[in-house]
Amino acid sequence: MIPAAFEYHRPSDVAGALSLLSTHGDDARVLAGGHSLIPMMKLRMASVEHLVDLQDVAELKGISVADGHVTLGAMVTQHSLIESAELAEAAPIVREAALQIADPQVRYMGTVGGNVANGDPGNDMPGLMQCLDARFTLQGPNGSREVAARAYYEAAYFTARADDEILTQISFAVPVGGYAYEKQKRKVGDYATAACGVVLAKEGALCTSASVAMTNLADVPVWSEAAGAALVGTDCGPEAVKTAVAAAVADIDPAEDNRGPVAFKRHVAGIIIGRAISRAWSRA
Amino acid sequence: MNDLTPPTREERSAKLKGLGTSRKRVEDARFTQGKGNYVDDIKLPGMLHGDFVRSPYGHARIKSVNIDAAMALPGVIAVLQAKDLEPLSLHWMPTLAGDKQMVLADGKVLFQGQEVAFVVAEDRYIAADAVELVEVEYEELPVVVDPFKALAPDAPVLREDLEAGADGAHGPRRHHNHIFLWEEGDKAATEQVIDSAEVVAEEMICYQRVHPCPLETCGSVASMDKVNGKLTLYGTFQAPHVVRTVASLLSGIEEHNIRVVSPDIGGGFGNKVGVYPGYVCSIVASIVTGRPVKFIEDRMDNLMTTAFARDYWMKGRISATKDGKITALHAHVTADHGAFDACADPTKFPAGFFHICTGSYDIPVAYCGVDGVYTNKAPGGVAYRCSFRVTEAAYFIERMIEVLAMELNMDAAELRRINFIKKDQFPYHSALGWEYDSGDYHTAWDKALEAVDYAGLRKEQAARVEAFKRGETRKLLGIGLCHFTEIVGAGPVKNCDILGMGMFDSCEIRIHPTGSAIARLGTISQGQGHATTFAQILATEIGIPADSITIEEGDTDTAPYGLGTYGSRSTPVAGAATAMAGRKIRAKAQMIAAYLLEVHDDDVEFDVDRFVVKGAPERFKTMAEIAYASYNQAIPGVEPGLEAVSYYDPPNMTYPFGAYVCVMEIDVDTGTHEVRQFYALDDCGTRINPMVIEGQVHGGLTEALAIAMGQEIAYDEMGNVKTGTLMDFFLPTAVETPHYTTDFTETPSPHHPIGAKGVGESPNVGGVPAFSNAVHDAFRAFGLRQSNMPHDHWRIWKIANDLGLHD
Ligand SMILES: Cc1cc2nc3c(=O)[nH]c(=O)nc-3n(C[C@H](O)[C@H](O)[C@H](O)COP(=O)(O)OP(=O)(O)OC[C@H]3O[C@@H](n4cnc5c(N)ncnc54)[C@H](O)[C@@H]3O)c2cc1C
Repeated sequence: MIPAAFEYHRPSDVAGALSLLSTHGDDARVLAGGHSLIPMMKLRMASVEHLVDLQDVAELKGISVADGHVTLGAMVTQHSLIESAELAEAAPIVREAALQIADPQVRYMGTVGGNVANGDPGNDMPGLMQCLDARFTLQGPNGSREVAARAYYEAAYFTARADDEILTQISFAVPVGGYAYEKQKRKVGDYATAACGVVLAKEGALCTSASVAMTNLADVPVWSEAAGAALVGTDCGPEAVKTAVAAAVADIDPAEDNRGPVAFKRHVAGIIIGRAISRAWSRA
Repeated sequence: MNDLTPPTREERSAKLKGLGTSRKRVEDARFTQGKGNYVDDIKLPGMLHGDFVRSPYGHARIKSVNIDAAMALPGVIAVLQAKDLEPLSLHWMPTLAGDKQMVLADGKVLFQGQEVAFVVAEDRYIAADAVELVEVEYEELPVVVDPFKALAPDAPVLREDLEAGADGAHGPRRHHNHIFLWEEGDKAATEQVIDSAEVVAEEMICYQRVHPCPLETCGSVASMDKVNGKLTLYGTFQAPHVVRTVASLLSGIEEHNIRVVSPDIGGGFGNKVGVYPGYVCSIVASIVTGRPVKFIEDRMDNLMTTAFARDYWMKGRISATKDGKITALHAHVTADHGAFDACADPTKFPAGFFHICTGSYDIPVAYCGVDGVYTNKAPGGVAYRCSFRVTEAAYFIERMIEVLAMELNMDAAELRRINFIKKDQFPYHSALGWEYDSGDYHTAWDKALEAVDYAGLRKEQAARVEAFKRGETRKLLGIGLCHFTEIVGAGPVKNCDILGMGMFDSCEIRIHPTGSAIARLGTISQGQGHATTFAQILATEIGIPADSITIEEGDTDTAPYGLGTYGSRSTPVAGAATAMAGRKIRAKAQMIAAYLLEVHDDDVEFDVDRFVVKGAPERFKTMAEIAYASYNQAIPGVEPGLEAVSYYDPPNMTYPFGAYVCVMEIDVDTGTHEVRQFYALDDCGTRINPMVIEGQVHGGLTEALAIAMGQEIAYDEMGNVKTGTLMDFFLPTAVETPHYTTDFTETPSPHHPIGAKGVGESPNVGGVPAFSNAVHDAFRAFGLRQSNMPHDHWRIWKIANDLGLHD
């Protein structure tokens, strides 16, 4: 549980970080909260010769809510997501989801940027950001670009981000209507057995829009377009929920692990998705 | 009130903080402030650091080891292999169970994580880098992780070092992977009763492989002083004196030249009883380099290689009359011991005290047989918060009772009640050879059932089942019952020893001139609070306040020889020695008091903190006065000073018992559970410190919850450990821990000087069946008889799925 030797860098701005990344190429990686990367290095599953710590990069911090948009700096900690009154007001689902990540110790250090950038299918923020249709800003040597959360994840630990890019911010429209982030885990500090984020809007007695995304049920987060579509125009009653759940479960591809076999995960996913939809509807 | 009013008897007694007082733990000030002194806190000048190259395979032959690259790394001092230890005959070492174990892989490896080479370097980081640079070429061999498959005729030969067909330490071996068959009881008579019984219940019950997982992992610091020839060994040892003897026998260093020190220990739970390759390698490395060498396991080392617990496959048959009177019990265990038989049991008991498996019940005839088997798993088989295989036995009988209750279509609480050993049957001779010292099971049981409103719970449960069947709820209610009887306090020297060392224990007391004292014991606390409770025993015995008594353990240069702390033996054995040594002090104090008071010895009597002249209580000498006198004046016929030592050989074990009830809600769709209520009544005989008892019960129940609901050391078919980190090995946090209600009855042990029985392990022994029975009970209405632990989410889900509850 001791990492191999590495050089430690601590730039004070994004430009400095980017230049370190281009200088050291493959041998360099950015360090955010370290709560995914450092364990991998200690297990010697990741070897990083140059660690570029983003802790001092002020421009990557801060939460803002303006013009119907939420913007999160990559280095905002998961703890800050929970603490921010502004965010709780604008997008309470973020707080609800963040509270279900790991434990307080991890959340004090772990960042939202690290959580979405990492590409670990167990992380909760990627599914949430797909649910919210967030956009990620990537800054590289040739400027910056935006990638939709729903287009960012390619496979476990493979994402649309190039090695010389830094994910600088996350933004999404303030969600309207009801919401829920439902997660089953074995204990505090565990990744999801199954988790699901839902936001949906209601007019009169009917659902007018719905977004359903899931965590740790495939090697990437799964946004189920069909599940959302199945809810729109319905009263989100038992039949509609059943149809939506069936659609969502058809989109997942869980793998067997110590949390249980595939049949169990599919079953539990269905229950968790159903609960998330019902809870979101009850808040709409 | 004026200052001259003499304190009342009650006030004097309260000041002592003796037996029965909820005295705050004196250790906690340093532990809660981070001021403990653990083995990893020990830093000696010039100290080197060791780390292991470990096998990635479950079974493989070692073709070659190349250490050149590692040795070339600056800061690397040595890389030890089996061939380097061989000239010292230390490449193998004897185990506590009469087998032998490789210290470093000798030609082959037998489990994943096995120690292959020991790297010694200037610091921990260099050592870890060097481990990566050691090149080992392996040739994979077929792996067997299932003890039943290990006994197949064509199973791979695991232990090539053992001569085919030769007897083992415990008699004949009938297969190359067989270790022993150990039997107790009357097999023929048992089978005869069962074969002609009115009702028979039969079940295979597995108690999965788990791990004690103390917060502090194992480690040692060895320091060989080549000038004076003395070896000092600091380490996480639950039995420091035995470690000293073993170290002497292994190394040839005379025992007086070895000092073993157990500093503060961050939890042991049986994991720190054995002797591990890391200890031996740190000693050898220190001898070779002449510098102190530290070895500290990381969490994965600890979970994957040092002693596991359980892994018992228990086949039971229990018979009864139609109205529920149990007539016989037959148990056969297939015990997976891993690659080496390194169980930590008293030497003559290869299956520990598993033959306590008749539990709290008056069963006229019984038999148990245990087959030990080698597999490609880590060695161990320790008593994880229990006395040698007692948890296995308690789980077995408490499951068998539930299965029998189903077979009889009877309430399980009632079935227990009609079979309990009755109060007037004690001392009770069990069919498997034990003499239970004391008990009052009916009283405890009735108290427990009443406390939880058992009848009301059963009504609620029946209503729940109906509601479930009508589709109104997806939650079931389980009522988990357990009445356990433990056997602790090993043990009488006539049949209990470890490597020939009788399992007595000891206490040495010195009273200082000004009336305070130090007592040293042969045991060693790992969190149990010995410094608190042993001082309380003494306070009551010798009338000196507990706050004025220092308790010291763990340094073999100063403490009297003892067999250490595990198996709930400290209070039954060392606690008894403490009381007996205290009585010697008191006897001498009586003579001094009589002299000072100018009366005959028999004319004074002990009164809380003083000796008084019989019939004239205003004439007295306090213990402080007596202590002072023992140092400052010549007393005819009495040696100066006030000291005593006692070595206590217990006449019998003690038999704590308890009645537990767990009420659990189970979600059949997700497999999640919620413990709604947990009631734990413990009878540990005389209660020394109720607060410490409560703390022990809370901790033990939480470990029981862990085991029943999620804990497992799992291997895949290739012999890979699937649960080598705390992400997958379930260690509950405060969030997963339910609220516990504790209660007690008090039935003293008739043979223990103060009647105490030991309590540290009871909650784990009784808790596991209570939690597990709750899960089973929730599904009883749907026909569930047996589902193996751990009852984690997917396995509970699978119970429901297999019963068709998801259709
Ligand atoms: C015990 C434990 C339990 C956990 N449980 C959960 C859980 O239940 N749910 C959950 O979601 N997470 C969980 N985590 C993970 C935790 O939330 C991590 O903090 C998070 O995944 C990564 O964030 P970080 O800031 O720590 O990133 P780091 O570990 O520093 O980095 C992770 C990876 O992302 C890259 N990276 C980081 N920031 C950027 C950036 N701005 N641009 C480009 N690349 C970047 C790094 O180079 C690295 O490859 C758990 C962690 C632990 C230790």
